[in-house]
Formats: sequence, structure tokens, C-alpha cells
Amino acid sequence: MGADKSSGKLKKIPYYPGCSLKTKSKDFEKSAVAAARILGIELIELPKWNCCGTVFSLAQDDLMHHVAPLRNLLRVQEMNEAGLLEGENRLLTICPMCFNTLKKANQRMRDNPADLETINTFMDAEQDYQGEVEVIHLLELLKERGVAEIKAKVKIPLTALKVAPYYGCMLLRPKDIAIDDPEDPTIQEELLAAIGAQVVENPYKKVCCGSYQTVRNKYTVADLTYDILTHAKKAGAEMITTSCPLCAFNLDDRQKEVTEKYPDFEGIPVCCISQLMLLAFGVNRGGDGFELNYVDPRPLLKRKNLLSGADLKTGAK
Amino acid sequence: MKKISITSDNYEFLEKVKQLSGEPITLCDQCGTCAGSCPMISEMDISPSEMLRLVQLGQEEVLDTKAMWLCASCFTCTVRCPRGLDLSKIAEALRQITLRKAVDQIDIKLISEEELSRLPQIALVSACRKFTG
Repeated sequence: MGADKSSGKLKKIPYYPGCSLKTKSKDFEKSAVAAARILGIELIELPKWNCCGTVFSLAQDDLMHHVAPLRNLLRVQEMNEAGLLEGENRLLTICPMCFNTLKKANQRMRDNPADLETINTFMDAEQDYQGEVEVIHLLELLKERGVAEIKAKVKIPLTALKVAPYYGCMLLRPKDIAIDDPEDPTIQEELLAAIGAQVVENPYKKVCCGSYQTVRNKYTVADLTYDILTHAKKAGAEMITTSCPLCAFNLDDRQKEVTEKYPDFEGIPVCCISQLMLLAFGVNRGGDGFELNYVDPRPLLKRKNLLSGADLKTGAK
Repeated sequence: MKKISITSDNYEFLEKVKQLSGEPITLCDQCGTCAGSCPMISEMDISPSEMLRLVQLGQEEVLDTKAMWLCASCFTCTVRCPRGLDLSKIAEALRQITLRKAVDQIDIKLISEEELSRLPQIALVSACRKFTG
């Protein structure tokens, strides 16, 4: 095991950012890394990572598209060999599309040794992948850290905030990679309750937002978004949480198209759970990162006295 | 009603889809759970279960339908199929048959600058993976 000189007691876990966390969804990465640190975990960016391909290749004869995900898993293997991790064989993902692609590719290689051998032979300049890396998602790590541990770090419980968690597809389906019950997930509910938020049940929480169809059929996606958001709002939600940068785009940015189609529609902010965690931990009182949203959550958060723009001592508006 | 007669060509097409998807397509007993679960059903010209039936019968005309291009690979049908079929893989096989003939379904050059600046990278990469050969 490598000596840990730099970060005290923090537990080190490598994480894979992927394309969107470095560009459109910087707030997802920044808040996840900061929230994990408060919970005693140092997320280390995977060295020399490459695009995972965003979708798991479903065609039986298509091995080529599994090379990209596998190269990323190899980086974890190398980090361990170099003693950079304390026997940590897990790779954390924040984006659910990356999670799904990396975990499914890993699984296919484990289930089909012949496929792994073909790819290992093809990757001439790389060492062989041994199939020992585990791919996990941020929500799993947070749950593993424990509701009690999270509660203990809460300085400003989000008691006034009614939040409807949205899961989308890639964390729940297919079943063999699911982080929770694919038909009745509760992991976000548990984490939201831990930071004091009022959890709103939304029957549309696992209905697809349309995913990449947003490129080809944006008004179809707007319809799906309209259904998902309208049901959440009817159930009393003031905000939606999602882990996925693509769901976030479809549920948040596509509200522009929703309003074109349904002029009476009133917007609802969408953010990721780690952003709300930071607010509850008393960090980011200025609402840094929320400016990237299409529907700005800051007016709502100010109204709920969760940003420093409000009078925090009296709780008055 | 259209009369269908099955020839060896039909069998060949079914075998091709079975091979590409790795799914025992003939297991489908047309219960319709996939159609009832599909978030895109209202936009589709044929339902996912009809898509499957056409494949079972080896009808290549299934490749001319819109449905397979509206599938977002959300895997809802996959987790619910009582026969354990992975419909996402079957739809992918159908798309691949067309895409491998270099018949793209999107042209990035036709997307406006404004839209390109809005779309997140994962949307563009996955759309290129699913809609171009």
C-alpha cells in the first residue's frame, strides 16, 4: 500500500469525470468533489482518462466500442500498481451515462473472457486488463458513507425545501447494473432526508427524459419533460434533483421548448444532489454554480433562506 | 389484412437480427408489456411489440419504420419483459443493419450554432453513436 502523506485521514477514491463534467456541467463535478471531501473522501481525478463513448455498445459483434471504457478501467489498475491508492479497486463515476457504459463494458469482459482476450491483444501498447476494477456511482458512495455521517455534517437543514428526486434510466437499468431497485429506487430519498429536505414522491421519477433524442426530436423530449415536471409540481415539488448531465439538460434547458409548446407552464429548477448537500453543509452560501442552470434556483433558495442573500439569523424573508 | 408468406429470405433476416442482438427473439409471446412501458410509444408508428412480431416473421419492412429510431435505449421494456428479452438490443440490431449501410439519421452540420452551443457533449456523442454509422 502506498504511503498517504498528502491528505491526512481522507479516503482516496479515483473518479472518472467524462466529457460533460468538464464542460457544460462543471457544477456537478465541483460540488461532488467538495461534498465528498467534507465526508472524508478525497476524489482523485483518473489520470489520462478518455471518453467512455457515452452509450454501452449493444450489438453483439461490436467489440471496438468497448476499448474506450476498458482503457479507463486500466488506469485504475495502473494507479493501484503504482501504489497511489490504498487497495481501492473502485472507480467512481458522477455521470450516470459514464457509469452505465463503464459498468456494462466491465461486466461484458468479465462474463466473456474471450472478448477480454481479444481486446487485450488489440490494445498492444497497454498492459492486460485483469477485470478487477469495480465501477460505482457517487450516490452509492454517499449511501455507503452513511445517513448518520451525512446528518452529522448538516449545519443548515433544508427543511423548507420540497424536492422531487428524478432518477432517469442509466443508474437503474438494465437490472444487472442497477444501484437500487429499478422499479422503486429510494437512494436519493434517503440522502435528501439526511440533509433535512422534504422529499416529494414523483411517479415519473424513473420515466425516461428522452436522452439523446434531444438532438433529433427536441419537441418530443419537451413533451416528456413536461410530463415529468408537471407530475412533480402537482405533487408539491419546488425543485428536482438529478445525477445526470443529460437528464439535467432535458429537464432544465428544454423548459425553453416546453414553454413554447405550453405557454402556461411555469418553470421549476433542476440541480444535482451534491449541490444541495453543500448548501446543507453550510458551504457555498453564495450559490456558486447555480448560474449554469437554465431555470435559476437562486430566487427559490433565497426565499427559503438557504443562500446568504437572506437574513439567516431571524429566518425572515 | 396483409397476407404474409414466409420464405428462406425471411428466416435469414430473423437470424441476422438474432445474431446481432444475441436475443432469442422467437420467445416473445406478444403480451404487450413493452408497448405499455415505452415512454416514446405516442410518437411511434408501430409499437415495440409489433416491431418484435415483424422481426419474428422476418419482415424486412420493419427497417422502414420510425419506431426503432425513437427508441432511446432507456431499458424500461428490458427490465419488464416477462420473457426476459432485451428489446433494447433488438432495436439496436435493427438500427445497426441500416447504419452499417452508411445511412445516417442525423447530420450534425444541419444543427444550428445556437443549438450546438446549448447541447451537452454527452447528448451529441450519444446521438452520433446511435444515429450515424
